[in-house]
Amino acid sequence: MLTTLKKYRYQYWPDTAVGELLKKPWMDTAVPVVALMLTVAFFSWQLSGFFSISTVSDNLQQASELGFIVLGMTLVLIVGGIDLSVGSTYAICNVLVLYLIHVEQMPVLPAVGITLLCGALLGAINGILIGYLGLRAFLTTLVTLIVFRSLFDMLQFQWAVGIATHTTDSEAWYYLGTGYFLSIPMAAWAFAAIAIATHIYLTRMRGGWHVMAVGGSRRSAYNAGLPVKRVVASSYVVSGVLASMSGIFYGARIDSSSADTGSGMAIIVLAAALVGGIRLGGGKGSVTKAVLGTVIVFLITSSLSSMATTAGVSRIVLAVIFLLFTTLDIRWFKNRGKAVQELYVTPGYLDLPKAPSTAAESPYAVNDKLHDIELIGLGRVESPEDVILDDDDNLYCGTRHGNIMRFLAPDYQQMEVYAHVGGQPLGMAFDPDGYLYVCIGGMGLYRVTPERKVEKVTDETNRSLFSIADDSRLRLADDLDIAPDGRIFFSEATVRYEMHEWQIDSLESRGNGRIICYDPHTNQTRTVVKNLVFPNGICLGSEGQSILFAESWACRISRYWFDGPQKGRVEPVISSLPGYPDNINRASDGNYWIALMGMRGPAFDLSMRKPAFRRRMSKRLAQDEWLSPNINVGCVVKCNDQGEILEALWDRSGVNHPMITSMREHRGYLYLGGISNNRIGRYKLEKADPNFMQHPRRRGKPHA
Amino acid sequence: MNTTASLLPKEKTAAKIIKLDQQTIVFLIFIIIFIAFSIFLPGFLNTGNLVNILRSISVLGMLGLGMAVVVIGRGIDLSMVAILAVPTALTMTLASTGVDLGLALIAGVALAIAFGLLNGLLTAYAEVPALLTTLATGLGLAGIGQSGILQFDVVPWPDQLNPIEWIGGTTLFGIPSSVISFAVVAIAVSVFLKRTKLGLFIYAIGDNPNAARTTGMPVRPVMVLQYLIAALIAVFAGLVMASSSAVMDTRIYNLSLIYNVVLVVVLGGVGLSGGRGGVWNVIVGTLLVGTILNGMTILNFSYDAQNLVKGVILLMAIAIDSVLNPRNEETAQQGDI
Repeated sequence: MLTTLKKYRYQYWPDTAVGELLKKPWMDTAVPVVALMLTVAFFSWQLSGFFSISTVSDNLQQASELGFIVLGMTLVLIVGGIDLSVGSTYAICNVLVLYLIHVEQMPVLPAVGITLLCGALLGAINGILIGYLGLRAFLTTLVTLIVFRSLFDMLQFQWAVGIATHTTDSEAWYYLGTGYFLSIPMAAWAFAAIAIATHIYLTRMRGGWHVMAVGGSRRSAYNAGLPVKRVVASSYVVSGVLASMSGIFYGARIDSSSADTGSGMAIIVLAAALVGGIRLGGGKGSVTKAVLGTVIVFLITSSLSSMATTAGVSRIVLAVIFLLFTTLDIRWFKNRGKAVQELYVTPGYLDLPKAPSTAAESPYAVNDKLHDIELIGLGRVESPEDVILDDDDNLYCGTRHGNIMRFLAPDYQQMEVYAHVGGQPLGMAFDPDGYLYVCIGGMGLYRVTPERKVEKVTDETNRSLFSIADDSRLRLADDLDIAPDGRIFFSEATVRYEMHEWQIDSLESRGNGRIICYDPHTNQTRTVVKNLVFPNGICLGSEGQSILFAESWACRISRYWFDGPQKGRVEPVISSLPGYPDNINRASDGNYWIALMGMRGPAFDLSMRKPAFRRRMSKRLAQDEWLSPNINVGCVVKCNDQGEILEALWDRSGVNHPMITSMREHRGYLYLGGISNNRIGRYKLEKADPNFMQHPRRRGKPHA
Repeated sequence: MNTTASLLPKEKTAAKIIKLDQQTIVFLIFIIIFIAFSIFLPGFLNTGNLVNILRSISVLGMLGLGMAVVVIGRGIDLSMVAILAVPTALTMTLASTGVDLGLALIAGVALAIAFGLLNGLLTAYAEVPALLTTLATGLGLAGIGQSGILQFDVVPWPDQLNPIEWIGGTTLFGIPSSVISFAVVAIAVSVFLKRTKLGLFIYAIGDNPNAARTTGMPVRPVMVLQYLIAALIAVFAGLVMASSSAVMDTRIYNLSLIYNVVLVVVLGGVGLSGGRGGVWNVIVGTLLVGTILNGMTILNFSYDAQNLVKGVILLMAIAIDSVLNPRNEETAQQGDI
């Protein structure tokens, strides 16, 4: 009873969701989003009419004005600088545009153009000093803050009377300040357009990537030949332009000038950027965060003033919220990685049937048949996971250096790089036209043409409907076989880990793997069987309508019917093996060879029924101290279509072939590969068909 | 090997007759301006005016010393002006309402210590960047000052505090006591930084916090100590300021005084990236800023014009420094703003 409960709990409870959610890039923004929701909830409870149309539209307009400057500050912060002078630039541009419109009676377009140019110039002063002359951003903008401010005070003093006494009747000017389009203020439209453009620029365009690169690592960007100085300088220019844009909209809305315009603005802007989660020091930040921070800080400041709190209380509240959210965000940023590490590994419940005996009278009886075998490429290959032979008896195998090696018949002394594929080649199969299809760990399904050209066949499949993590990319394509109609069935051992992390997947022993079908006629890749426990070897059944596949950690072999009356069904062939099955291949007598890469042990089997224990182990111990499947010794067995074991081949001394991941029968010999081995074995089979080969080349004309 | 060989001749050329580091440049500019003012400005070079300069810069200088301690440890304290104003005003308000002098002092100093600790703990343990922490705590403390614990924004010096008026409001041998207080703080900070273990730790931490931690220094407690020292110096400077001008205007927080403090420190050559500089740098920076301000006051410049001229001179000084000692993209620190 309890066991059943435990089984269902581990089968249906979404343990993996937490870790996968935490891994999502957008979780970066979690703290500011929560902060925004809390802020909105609090003030809508405290203030009546918080959601009324006029309040919202008023808020949108003023928040947009702040948003321009925050966006500029965000760019500067991402590049790794800081711009304290934005408030002064804002003030100067504000008084300038008012002067041009009121006193000079200029039309709106040239007035705005000149003002934007002025903002760009003021920004360029910062940019040249910081970007090209290499001054410190904080200090320089601190000084330009004071210089620009005094400039503003002098201008304002001179122009204030003129601005107040002259009026303008420009329709466009008032429309800019108080006009609505679809009941949304113009400032909000402009801000939305610029924010979206900036977002696209930062995330999708080369220039934006340069900005992120310079901020992320200035030194690397410099060494990579990026125009670091230009990028830094232009970020200040953009900041100046955005500040001036804000000054223009503010001027159009208020239509009069005041001596304290923009004083203390740098603090509010900085607070908005940092509460949004943009980090000082560069490389981290996004438009989304800038917008979130703007809205939060704006809501707090404006709502506090409409709640008629004193200036002192507003300041205290602002300071507390500022510290609270930045601290939270910094702790979150720092600990998310650790949390992912701790929570990602989520062992499942796996009740393995009793392991069959390997005693003397059993079909698995240990022998020493693989002791005296011929060795090919001893010490010259590394990690030949799979081996395969062509029509001319040449031998192919993968190596961990990302090559497919070829040993030339008849003596297999001469070795050459057949093709460089760039990743660890795993399972291989020839199609009837002599194309070598190969599963490459971390890359997907590739093929090598007879002309030795490497081509990608597929590296993605359909994304599962309700998965949290994107499982459309192939992480660990493992073994394949080709159906008579040309469809390629291949296994992906796990969607949650990389190839070198197979041990963690064994600790989970969940249904993380799947079988995928690539159809060359439609050029489509679809997942056909899901939730398999490390599916590994794949072999076409003797009747040509099904595939046999091995599930390593579940120690079983099953059959999947892809054609015929039972199409779509999965049925067990061997429900319990004494070890962990790897590749499956055809034998000349119509049966199947199965490689066992390691043998089961009672302790590990027991731990498979104790998920909580394994989870504790994964949290408390270093990975090299974990329980792990025993892969120090393995064997090759032969079975028939019904799953009866007919023969077993062992290397008792464990010197030549302790761990076997693949074997291939070819013209009376059995060739053996091992992913942790440095040799290929060649074993003479008795009573085998001397002409048998698994993937014979098509006679007659090749297909198109 | 190769890099060492190519660096050697460069070092030699750099170390010419005079080593033109920032401190020297600023000092030379100070001398030039001083001489120019002495020649062209009537009434600049006389004892009365020189004492005046010294008095006007003593508070700025003290704040600069506190800031220097933090900056050397690779931090920054923007809350110093708030700590200068509000706890001092609290002490003065309490004393004027008849609270015992000692208790009033303790209350003010305790408030300052609380904020110094808050700064230090948030920066060292929560790892919030110093710039943000102190920006926010300064804002918060200024808010506390405005929200009821003080009766007025401008607090007059109460007679009950006269027993400690000697720290800033009197003269000794014709020298204003605020200048002497500045000198005492300067000597104390200098001894602390150069002669005590903790002072040397601050340099090591500012130079390379990770190396300091690996070596076994108590990095986080020492960081807390930096902010504590800065807060204590700030509240002392506040008392000196209040006693010398017989008033404490808490609205001083809204002015650009904190920027002047940062300028004094960095202009003198205390690098914002930490580990470099000392008391002498602060004094040189303070002298330059004080002299310029004094000269322009004699010239009857408006406040705005003074700020403008000051800013342009400062920009030039920083620009000259960066041309003479250019930033190296290879060795510049990431996130070094």
